[in-house]
Amino acid sequence: MNRRHPTQEAITFALLLAFGFLFLLPFLWMVSTSLKPLEETMKMPPEWIPSSFQWHNYPDAMRAMGPFWTFAGNSLLLAGLNVVGTVLSSAWVAYGFSRLDWKGRDACFFLLLMTMMIPFPVVMVPLYTLFRDLGWIGTMKPLWVPSFLAGAFNVFLLRQFFLTLPRDLSEAARIDGCSEFRIFWQVILPLAKPALLTVALFQFLATWNDFLGPLIFLARESHFTLALALQALQSTISGTPWHHLMAASTLVVAPVLVLFFFTQRTFIRGIATTGLK
Amino acid sequence: MAKVILENLSKIYPGERGRNPKVAVDRVSLEIASGEFVVLVGPSGCGKTTTLRMIAGLEDISSGTIHIGDRCVNDTPPKDRDIAMVFQNYALYPHMTVERNMAFGLELRGFPKEEIRKRVQAAAKTLGLLEPDNLLVRKPKALSGGQRQRVALGRAMVREPKAFLFDEPLSNLDAKMRVEMRAEISRLHRTLGSTMIYVTHDQTEAMTMADRIVVMSSGKVQQNDTPMNLYHRPANRFVAGFMGSPPMNFFQGRLRRTHSGLEFAEETPEGRTSWVLPLTSGSTSGLASRMDKPVVLGIRPEHISPDAGGTGSFEVEVDLVEPMGAETLVYGRTAGHKCICRTFRSEGKELEGRKMRFLPDASRLHFFDVESGQAIS
Repeated sequence: MNRRHPTQEAITFALLLAFGFLFLLPFLWMVSTSLKPLEETMKMPPEWIPSSFQWHNYPDAMRAMGPFWTFAGNSLLLAGLNVVGTVLSSAWVAYGFSRLDWKGRDACFFLLLMTMMIPFPVVMVPLYTLFRDLGWIGTMKPLWVPSFLAGAFNVFLLRQFFLTLPRDLSEAARIDGCSEFRIFWQVILPLAKPALLTVALFQFLATWNDFLGPLIFLARESHFTLALALQALQSTISGTPWHHLMAASTLVVAPVLVLFFFTQRTFIRGIATTGLK
Repeated sequence: MAKVILENLSKIYPGERGRNPKVAVDRVSLEIASGEFVVLVGPSGCGKTTTLRMIAGLEDISSGTIHIGDRCVNDTPPKDRDIAMVFQNYALYPHMTVERNMAFGLELRGFPKEEIRKRVQAAAKTLGLLEPDNLLVRKPKALSGGQRQRVALGRAMVREPKAFLFDEPLSNLDAKMRVEMRAEISRLHRTLGSTMIYVTHDQTEAMTMADRIVVMSSGKVQQNDTPMNLYHRPANRFVAGFMGSPPMNFFQGRLRRTHSGLEFAEETPEGRTSWVLPLTSGSTSGLASRMDKPVVLGIRPEHISPDAGGTGSFEVEVDLVEPMGAETLVYGRTAGHKCICRTFRSEGKELEGRKMRFLPDASRLHFFDVESGQAIS
C-alpha cells in the first residue's frame, strides 16, 4: 500500500476521530447516566461526571426489572438457538444455491432474494395467525424455530462466499470418496469459517436486540427476554427511573460489546471478504 | 492397474433453450492398455479435459461407453471408479495438513489407521516430502507450487488406484519446476507401472512423457500413435502443425512431372511459381495420383538448413533471428509463405533484413491434401 501525504492522513484521522466520538456519545451518556442519582439525570446543563458514583444503581435496576437472570437466560437461549439454526440452515441452503447444479436454481434464488424486500410488519399478522394455529403463541417456539429454515440475507451472504471456493476442491473430495453431505460438512464448511462467523454474529445481534418478536409472541413473564424486560422497566413504574433504565441498558449492551471486542477482527474481515475473496 | 476403454464417447452440451448444442467430445474411441502412459493433447477447447472428466465421472456422458478394467463405469459415481485425479491447481484441502490431505481418501474408505500411516509414509518418502523438512505436518499454504503438486501426486498414489488421471498438472508451475516434475512423473510411472492418462496442451510434455499420444481437435481424435510416429508420420496437417516446436512449415504448391521424375513447385497466392524442389524417388510414393493438382508441402524447421544455393534451395527474406545457444531459429518469408529454419550453425542477428537460401532435406518431406488436410502417402 502506498503511503499517503501526512496532511491527507491527518485529515482522515481527524474525520474518523470526530465521527467515532459522535457515535460514542450516546453510549457514554448512557453509562454516565447509569451512575447518577435520579435527580441528576435530567439536570441542565448536563454534567458528564456524576457528583457521586451510584454503583448500587446496577443491582437496583436488576431488582426493578424482575427476575433479571431469567430474562438473561432466555435471551441467551434464544440467541444461541437462533445462531445454531441460522448458521446450519443458511449454509445448507446456500450450498445448494452455489455448489450444486439443478434446473431452476437461479430462478429459485431470485425468488428467495425477493423475500428480503418484504418488511416484517407486512408479515406480522399472517405470521401471528400461523403460529396461533400451530398453538405456539405464548411459547418461545416462534422466536427460534423459523431460524432453522434459513434466512434470505444469510443465504445470500454465504452463497457469495461459497462461489469463491474452487470447484476442483469439491471434485477432488468426490473422487476421494465424499458424499455430497460430507463435502459440505468436511470441506466447504471448514473453509467458510469467517463467513459463518459473520452470519453467527449478525444473527446473535439481531436476536439479542429483537424487541418486536418477543413483544408479539410471548405472554408469560418467565419467557421474557432482556430487550423486552427493559421496556417493562420503562412503563410499569410511574415516571421513568432513568438511572435504572440506563444501568439496565448498559447491562444488556455489555455482552454484545464484549463479543464484538473479541471477534471484531474476524467480523470485519468476514464482511470485507464476503463475495470478494 | 487396469485397461481403460472408451467407445464412441461423446459429450454434447445443450445450448441456450436447447438451441445450438455444443459438441465438446465427438465419438472418441480409445483403448488404453494396462500400465500405459497415454497423453491427451490439443489446443484449448479441443475436448481433452472433458474426455478426462468423463473418465473420472465428474462429467455426465452424452453417449458411448467407458470401461475401466472389465467394468462399464458409465453410471458409476467417481468414488467407486477406483481412479485418482491430479488437478491443475492441486485442489488440496487448505484446512488440512499434508498428511491429512493424503490420508483423507483412505479414511473415507475405511482403511485401518496403521495401513494409512504406512502408505502415507511410503508415498511421502518416494516424493521427497520428508527430507530435508518434514512437510507432512504443514498446511498447503506453507508449501511452494512444486511441493503442493507433489502432495497432490501423493494423495493420488496412496490410493493405489486402477488408473491415474492428470489434468494439466504442471501448467501452474514455473518453467524449471515443470521440467523437474515432468521427469518425476515419468519416474513415478516407471516405478508404479500404473495406467496413467494425462491431459496437457504442451506438446513437449506429451512428447517426453507419453507411451502413446492422442492428439485432439474440435472434440475429435486426430491421431493416436507413439510420439515418434506422430512426429515422423503425422496423419494430417493439424497434427503436423501441432506437434513439434517450432511448428512445421507449410508451402502450398503443385506437383509436376519432369523428365527425371517429380518436382514440387511452390505457388504464391497469385499463382506464380516461386521455387521448385526436385523430389527424390523415396519421397514420391503415393503422389502419382496428385499430378498437376495443388498440394501442401510440410517441412519441419529442423529439416531445413542454410545453403549456398544448391538444387531445390529457396530464397528467404529473414525478418527475425533467435539465437538459443545450441541452436538458432531463423524466421523469414519466401515469396508466398512464412518459413522457420532451425539450424545448429550459430547465425547472428545481423542476418535480419537480409536474404538467404535454405535447402530442405528431400527425404523428410510431408504432403497433405489441400482440402481435407489429410496426409498423402
